[in-house]
Amino acid sequence: MSLSTQDIERIAHLARLAVTPAEVAAVQGKLNGVFKLIDEMQAVNTEGVTPMSHGLDMVMRLRGDTVTETNHRDKYQRNAPAAADGYYLVPKVIE
Amino acid sequence: MAWDTFATVAETRRALEQKQVSAVELATHYLDRAEALNPTLNTFITIDREKTLAEARLADQQRAAGSAAPLLGVPIAHKDIYLIDGWRTTCGSRMLENFVAPYTATVIEYMRAAGVVTLGKLNMDEFAMGSSNENSYFGSVKNPWDFSRVPGGSSGGSAAAVAAGLAPGSTGTDTGGSIRQPAMFCNLTGLKPTYGICSRYGIVAFASSLDQAGPFAQTAEDCALLLNAMAGFDPHDATSLDRPREDYTRALSAPVTGGKPLAGVRIGLPREFFDDGVAPGVTRAVLAAIEVYRSLGATTVDISLPNVKYAVPAYYVVAPAEASSNLSRFDGARYGHRAEQYDDLLDMYKKSRAEGFGAEVKRRILIGTYVLSHGYYDAYYLQAGKLRRLIAEDFKRAYEVCDVVMGPTAPEGAYPLGSASDDPVKMYLGDIFTVSANLTGQPALSHPCGLDEHGQAVGLQIIGNYLDEARMLNVAHQFQQATAWHRRHPAL
Repeated sequence: MSLSTQDIERIAHLARLAVTPAEVAAVQGKLNGVFKLIDEMQAVNTEGVTPMSHGLDMVMRLRGDTVTETNHRDKYQRNAPAAADGYYLVPKVIE
Repeated sequence: MAWDTFATVAETRRALEQKQVSAVELATHYLDRAEALNPTLNTFITIDREKTLAEARLADQQRAAGSAAPLLGVPIAHKDIYLIDGWRTTCGSRMLENFVAPYTATVIEYMRAAGVVTLGKLNMDEFAMGSSNENSYFGSVKNPWDFSRVPGGSSGGSAAAVAAGLAPGSTGTDTGGSIRQPAMFCNLTGLKPTYGICSRYGIVAFASSLDQAGPFAQTAEDCALLLNAMAGFDPHDATSLDRPREDYTRALSAPVTGGKPLAGVRIGLPREFFDDGVAPGVTRAVLAAIEVYRSLGATTVDISLPNVKYAVPAYYVVAPAEASSNLSRFDGARYGHRAEQYDDLLDMYKKSRAEGFGAEVKRRILIGTYVLSHGYYDAYYLQAGKLRRLIAEDFKRAYEVCDVVMGPTAPEGAYPLGSASDDPVKMYLGDIFTVSANLTGQPALSHPCGLDEHGQAVGLQIIGNYLDEARMLNVAHQFQQATAWHRRHPAL
C-alpha cells in the first residue's frame, strides 16, 4: 500500500488540518514508511480471534440518572479564544 | 540547611517525620536547584514558586496540627499532562501554550491527600507522542548524564528531573513506554501500573485504551510509596478499576526464609527479547542482572512470545487511531490555540490545528484518520485489536510457567540528540519491548542494571501479570538491595 499526495490531502481534510503542497511532499515518504511497518501485521491470520479493546475485558459501570455536575461555565470559558455573554464565539455558519 | 539533593522519597519522608527538615525548606531547596539548572536541562515547562511554597507551608501547618499523611511535605514534580487547577497545563504543545487548567486530575488529588507538594510542571514530547523528548514545543530536554544525548520520552522531563536531583520523585504517563524508556535512559526506576489502577481523569488523553499514569523515582521502594498515593478507584474514569486500595510496599519487608530473598520466584526470559536487534552492551548488562537474580534465589525459564513481533505495528495503528479521535477536540473554538486569520469555520479549524500541532502529532493524526476511514477499519484497527488478543494470550501462557517476564527495556541506551528525530520508523522501533504491556494492560517497570558500550544506563524491564505490582516491586527492590546501579548520580 502506498499513499498518493491526493490521499494525504484527503486525509488532512478529514482530520481538519491545513497542509501546504510542500508539507504533503515532506510527509508522504514518512507516512509510507510507517505504513510499510504497520502492514507487517497483515501477515497474521486472525480469523476467529475476538478483538481486544481493553486489557481486563471489564464491563462498563452504570450510574443513577441523577445530576452530579455543577455549573463551571464561566471558569471553563476563561480558556476560550473568544467568548461573550456565556457563548463561545465562532465565525458565522448560517447565512 | 544542608540537604542531600539525591535523597530518596523514603529518606525525605523520614526526615520530614523526624522534623530534621520542613516542607518549606525542602521546596525552597528543589526550587532553587530547578531554577539554576533549568537553563541547561530544560526539564520544567512551568515553575511557580508562590504556589509551591503555599502548598509547602500548608503541609508544615498540617504536620504541626498532628497530620500523619504518608507523604506529607514530600515535593514531587508532575508531567505537564496532568491538569492542576490554576496551573498552566501545556502538554508540551503550542496548542495549549496558554491553557490554565480549570480542575485537577484525580491522581494529583489523591497525591495531595497523601501530603505531596507540587514542585512544578515537567517538559514532555508534545501530547506524549515521542521517545526522545525532541517533539516538545518548549524545546528538547537534555539528559543529565550527557547533555548531548536525549533523556528518552515522552516523559523525558519527569526522568531528567529526578536523575538531576531536582525532585525526589515525579509522575509520568506511559502509553507505549513513556515511563519505562526514559527511566532506562536516565538510570531510574519507573513503573507503568496495570491499566485501570490510576485514574485517567484530568490527564490529557492520547490513546485512551493504553494511557496509564505512574511514578519515577530512584528506587523500587520509592515507586511503591508513590503508587500507594496515586492509585485508587475514581468514578470519573469509566475504565477505573473498582477495587480496594492496596499497600504496594507490603512485600518489601516480608521476612526472608532461607537467606534467599527471591527463592521461589520464576523469571520468564522470552527469546524474542534477546535477539540480535538489541545492542550487545544492553544484552550483556541485562544477562549480568539475570545472574544477580539467580543468586538471590530466583529461577529462570526460557519462554516464547511469538506474537510480540507484531506489537509495534499493532501499537502504531491503535495509538494513532485513538489519538486522532481524542485530538479532534482541539478545534480552536472552546480552548487552545486559534489562528489569527481565517475565512470561515472550516478554515478556522484547519488553520488553528495546523498551527497548534507539531509535525509528529500531525503525522499521527493523519495515520489515525486514515486507518479509521471508510473501508480501512477492518484491515487496520480491527486487525490490531485481534493482535492485542493474541499478544495477551502469549503472556497468559507464559504466566503458567513463570511469575515475571524479564528483558531489556529498550534495544539501545540514550542516543545523541537529533540522531533519530527525522526518522519515525526508527524511532517507533525503539518501543519494541515496551508497547506489549500497553496493548495488554499489564504492569511493567524498568530498573537500572548496568551500562552499555557507550557508558549509557541500561534498564531491565519486568513485565508482571495483571495487578501483580507488589510482587514486581519487591523483585526489583531485592535486586536494589544487592546492587548499586540505582545509586549512581550524574555530576551536576
